[in-house]
Amino acid sequence: MSQAPNENPSCPGKKDKHEARRDFLKQSSALMALALTPPLVVKAGEHDETIAGLFEKMPVSMEINGKAYQLSVEPRVTLLDLLREQLHLTGTKKGCDHGQCGACTVHVNGQRINSCLTLAVMQEGKKITTIEGLAQGDTLHPVQEAFIKHDGFQCGYCTPGQIMSAVACIREGHAGSPEEIREFMSGNICRCGAYDNIVAAITEVKQGGHTV
Amino acid sequence: MNQFSYVRPASQQAAIDAITRDSSARFIAGGTNLLDLMKNGVLAPEKLVDINRLPLKNITLNNNILHIGALTLNSEVAAHPLVKTHHPLLSQVLLAGASQQLRNMATTGGNMMQRTRCSYFYDITMPCNKRTPGSGCSAIGGINRMHAIFGASDQCIAVHPSDMCIALVALDATVLVAGPKGNRRIPFGEFHRLPGNTPDKDNNLGKGELITGIEIPHSPFTQNVYYLKVRDRASYAFALVSVAAALDISNNTIRGARLAMGGVAHKPWRLHEAEKTLIGKSPTADNFRIAATVATQSARTYQHNAFKVPMAQNSIVTALQKAAAV
Repeated sequence: MSQAPNENPSCPGKKDKHEARRDFLKQSSALMALALTPPLVVKAGEHDETIAGLFEKMPVSMEINGKAYQLSVEPRVTLLDLLREQLHLTGTKKGCDHGQCGACTVHVNGQRINSCLTLAVMQEGKKITTIEGLAQGDTLHPVQEAFIKHDGFQCGYCTPGQIMSAVACIREGHAGSPEEIREFMSGNICRCGAYDNIVAAITEVKQGGHTV
Repeated sequence: MNQFSYVRPASQQAAIDAITRDSSARFIAGGTNLLDLMKNGVLAPEKLVDINRLPLKNITLNNNILHIGALTLNSEVAAHPLVKTHHPLLSQVLLAGASQQLRNMATTGGNMMQRTRCSYFYDITMPCNKRTPGSGCSAIGGINRMHAIFGASDQCIAVHPSDMCIALVALDATVLVAGPKGNRRIPFGEFHRLPGNTPDKDNNLGKGELITGIEIPHSPFTQNVYYLKVRDRASYAFALVSVAAALDISNNTIRGARLAMGGVAHKPWRLHEAEKTLIGKSPTADNFRIAATVATQSARTYQHNAFKVPMAQNSIVTALQKAAAV
């Protein structure tokens, strides 16, 4: 995926000005939150199992790409923003942020979902797989190999979502024909129009009988 | 997105209590529509009550009545053997909606609660009686290509976006509800509302009420069913017009018929009068055309959506032909 947009093209270890700005925004919004927090946040009812107040972070544990995480997350943070902003797993892309493009597709307990339309706090105890968790070390996943072989991308921005969706599509048994692939991949938009090549890549993996 | 507090109640009663005591609280299940609306500033609840851990995720058949728990995912319902065997129409409509990613998140109850996709409802800079009662309707006199041809009012011409609900109204489902005053059952056709003077109310749920499931009675429509969804692209788009058709045919005679439409009204639109014209008739194109004409008699169009009337008629004929040919 050499054409994929690079999040931070300058020195990887050093903060560029965008990241510094991001930190500033984070700090200032934290201060703002402090200033706005009412003295008494909403009280939990007797039977409520879990509660997080308006600006309160709550503990969330989940497994991401085989690794256990104990996290502290504000309720309004989506799974997508948690992955990208807090854990720096930036392979998962933010396209439309409204569940219309599929760039944010990840697997939760083995099922593909749009990570932009679910809250991180709702994923307590779940197993998440992102594009970073697909390859085995240096060995690419068969679907990743097939996307390269068939040119299943041009700009590459939709590619992580396409690949996560494609893996699930094959596992679900929805890759039986080009028509079925097109229908069950319709939640992933490619504005470069690499659809024919994506269908070819998925077909090859499916017909090759690979374990995906 | 606005800030909100978050609770994950351990019981159904705790969930109902949490909503009842807080006027701006909302249930969240899949969240696929709610979070979208919150990101756009259309909704800004101060508290979300996450009901995902409640035991409302099941599909069972008892005495030929199919029960589907409110938290059962759209993808699970679509693929379930009991649904495919007893109510294949429901499986078809679910697969016509959204994408597999969204179907893996969206729940049965949440699908019923989704809001219109009228672009003026989503655009918080524009007047909208559904979003801000009394502010006016921007779609009347605006771009109304996607809007209603049946049952609209001078307050709102938005349409209900669900595919799933079109099959459920056709199959005479019942909505199971729990609330502060106990449990009740709502016939599916009476769950959603026409806009009238209160377009802000999509349905007849009372304060604090939670959908716990749906029931579908035994039906003879296990074979001759078809869902035709006409849209701007081949997949993953809301309906311009959709038709759910179910026929019970024996000896070349229609014994029973169900017809319902999506994309045409503020609620899933059942076509009772058109159904009646089919009973006792043979499944021919001419008889289907008569039903289609009857179905659209009460249509009223706006500047950009007059095309929906012939589209609806042709779609009814095609859906019935496809259903009959199965």
